[in-house]
Amino acid sequence: MKQKLVVIGAGMASGRMLEHLLDADPDGWDVTLFNAEPRGNYNRIMLSPVLSGEKSFDQIVTHDADWYTSRGIDCRFGETIVRIDRANRVVYSPRGGVPYDRLVIATGSAPFIIPVPGRDLPGVCTYRDLEDTNAMIAAAKPGAHAVVIGGGLLGLEAAAGMAARGAEVTVIHLIGHLMERQLDPAAGYLLQRDLEKKGIRVHCKGATKAILGKDRVEAVLLEDGTVYPADLVCMAVGIRPEVRLANDAHLEVARGIVVDDRMRTSDPAIFALGECVEHDRQLFGLVAPLYDQARVLAATLLGQDAAFRPVQTATKLKVTGVDLFSAGDFAEAPGREDIVFRDPGRGIYKRLVLEGDRLCGAVMYGDTADGNWFFGLIRDGTDISALRETLIFGPAFQGGATADPIAAVAALPPEAEICGCNGVCKGRIVQAVEGGATTLDAVRSLTKASASCGTCTGLVEQVMAATLGGAFTANANPPMCRCTDHTHDDVRRLIRTLGLKSIPAVMQELGWKTAGGCANCRPALNYYLLADWPLDYRDDRQSRFVNERNHANIQKDGTYSVVPRMWGGVTTPAELRAIADAADRYAVPMVKVTGGQRIDLLGVRKEDLPAIWSDLNAAGMVSGHAYSKGLRTVKTCVGSEFCRFGTQDSTGLGIRLEKLLWGSWTPAKVKLAVSGCPRNCAEATCKDVGVVCVDSGYQISVAGAAGMDVKETEALCTVATEDEVLETVAAFIQLYRENSRYLHRIYKWVAKVGLVWCKAQVVADPANRRALYDRFLLSQTVYQTDPWAEHAATPRDWAPMADLTLRAAE
Amino acid sequence: MTSLTDIGALDDIPRQGARVVRTTAGCIAIFRTADDRVFALEDRCPHKGGPLSEGILHGDSVTCPLHAWVFDLNTGQALGADEGAVRRFAVRVEGGRILLDAGLMQRRSAA
Repeated sequence: MKQKLVVIGAGMASGRMLEHLLDADPDGWDVTLFNAEPRGNYNRIMLSPVLSGEKSFDQIVTHDADWYTSRGIDCRFGETIVRIDRANRVVYSPRGGVPYDRLVIATGSAPFIIPVPGRDLPGVCTYRDLEDTNAMIAAAKPGAHAVVIGGGLLGLEAAAGMAARGAEVTVIHLIGHLMERQLDPAAGYLLQRDLEKKGIRVHCKGATKAILGKDRVEAVLLEDGTVYPADLVCMAVGIRPEVRLANDAHLEVARGIVVDDRMRTSDPAIFALGECVEHDRQLFGLVAPLYDQARVLAATLLGQDAAFRPVQTATKLKVTGVDLFSAGDFAEAPGREDIVFRDPGRGIYKRLVLEGDRLCGAVMYGDTADGNWFFGLIRDGTDISALRETLIFGPAFQGGATADPIAAVAALPPEAEICGCNGVCKGRIVQAVEGGATTLDAVRSLTKASASCGTCTGLVEQVMAATLGGAFTANANPPMCRCTDHTHDDVRRLIRTLGLKSIPAVMQELGWKTAGGCANCRPALNYYLLADWPLDYRDDRQSRFVNERNHANIQKDGTYSVVPRMWGGVTTPAELRAIADAADRYAVPMVKVTGGQRIDLLGVRKEDLPAIWSDLNAAGMVSGHAYSKGLRTVKTCVGSEFCRFGTQDSTGLGIRLEKLLWGSWTPAKVKLAVSGCPRNCAEATCKDVGVVCVDSGYQISVAGAAGMDVKETEALCTVATEDEVLETVAAFIQLYRENSRYLHRIYKWVAKVGLVWCKAQVVADPANRRALYDRFLLSQTVYQTDPWAEHAATPRDWAPMADLTLRAAE
Repeated sequence: MTSLTDIGALDDIPRQGARVVRTTAGCIAIFRTADDRVFALEDRCPHKGGPLSEGILHGDSVTCPLHAWVFDLNTGQALGADEGAVRRFAVRVEGGRILLDAGLMQRRSAA
């Protein structure tokens, strides 16, 4: 007598279960298989290649009509079960009842629909079955606009598939980086970059507010006001177990249908498996544990002993040209250590997370060949202490000797490509070195190796070292800091040539060796990015040294000094009164006149800063930037207005210069002075930029110093009008902003690039001067704002977050 | 015995930033890392008393703003060639609120 088995749902889990069951016991069962979808089992996870056009639906069908017929399975495809009568062991569809001895619920999951206005409009779909896939294929015509809400596994596969068909796709993701459940931020960044290369727009930190449209979708509106046009919207924000039938039948249901280790529900005649179940408070969405469940359930039905033990699962994204792998737990936590490998040239990132002697997580991007090997180590809890040194190089490397990079490069054949940008092979570099090119610059100019993106600079140097032996000293320019091998100059060049516009982008593309940089490189990168991309990059306050972050100079006791701007060193009785009042009100311990012709209030407590700034703002004063790598002061003498020797209005010119230049960030501080005659009372000839007025016009000189080094300025040019002074000085400072390394004062930078070059850029080439001037003005549209006014608005941020001394006193 | 005190919301501190909590025995710096972990350290560099809360936070380390000593937030130990340590305090985040065990600091002041 055959047992009656009814299965609800013909998905991958139940399909696999039926295979096991009927292979082991072909004659023991009368199977009736219901499926709401009007078709049998297919490999649902291969819908993505169908969507992208790489496969046809027929290719992903796993069980065809023959398979079901030859096993005598009664297929009820397109027929939905509406009720389970547990007492009589009958299931009901609209067409009537079917009795069972054993019932298997495999209803899978339903996509989650976010409750925003417009979610019911035609043109909104999810990504679950062939119908959804066909809807997307129909909509994804070249030039059509598609929006995918959700940057997880499924959403990105949907996006890539529609993009492959020519649609303009935008992915909206709520979190700061893509696939945050599987990837860390660095791998998420690489993924986003590769998707953007495929023409997919990615909008992270985007919350959907509404789906817009009259009769069908037309656009998607985000909380931040962004609107993306859309002919189709795919919601892929997650799934939830489909448990309605089980609920109605009063089976035990938590988030999913609760099953024990043998896949049995709270009713001993009813079993469940797949995405609809909850086992040990865990839900399942990936195929590997589902197949385990199928094996266990088949054994249970056959009366064998088997228990489901969920194991770690690994994730791969099925997007052509995107190679990523993640497994285990890779969140940072105390006691965990990272091993990180980055190869920016090839876009490879690998991160292993160790806990003690065990591997507990792995994230790989770009080269995932070793993924399954790492996955095995995680799953088996293998002690990796003996492998640790070379673990990240994968199984091929185990047992090998410790790698000497020079030896590895020496072993490369002459035709091995070293510089991918310029197609330079090792033999060409060796030839150049043997021909007498013994410096990196010489090799670079001769062969073009490392002359474009520069990421192979280290390799080129290794080739040189292997060729020259001890005669080679790598890199007279030291690296920027211990986080990187690149010099400041290389980093600046690469930021521009590679179009890097964020600190994480720089760290990834240039192979930073630390996770978050250090106190040396972060301020430098922040400056380089804001100087090169004034409109795209947003200043990162947390990458600034304390004085610039707090817009005041920290003193040795932790108090601050406050210096309001006095344009050209000129003040008024009203300003002086306001300063005196502020000094009284906040009990400022010292008031001092500075060398830059203004007044310093020393010893102000941090929590008083917003209030004192607010008071000074109210009197018309703004920050003097006495703390910044930026424009400090323009010192002046009284000039022709009052002085009997003055030749021009030096005070007025100084004020014009200061009003033009204030607020700009520069590699190091910049101080100017304007003297009204060659007696030079403003001491203009030891400033970064000095102007000395003469009868016929204005002598502009640059690159002076009066600090650790003392140096007289060198003549840049003489011009006839104030307007020419403004344009020339701003253009020169912009040249400095664009080319100097961070923390080099102008005199150090000019010593490196040469005054002749500066003159060629700024004096001899009026069109270039104008372009520099225009770029300076563009940057000023963003950065010429008073930081005091901005921060005075949020005084709470400047006070302690809590004061426990009050609590103790109570 | 520990006495956990709610000192504010996680979002009161910027990522890769810090705020201070004032106690009768000096300030405690509360750091928030880029990945939202929170550490509490005495806000006083053992070198010259610099406020660590004003340092640049990178990874699990902070660099003192006065003379660039670097401290590991996990251990409170100075890194590199410098020797010294700052006291750590138990802190955790629950439901977006930061709970600090400042008991030790207060008891010392009471003694």
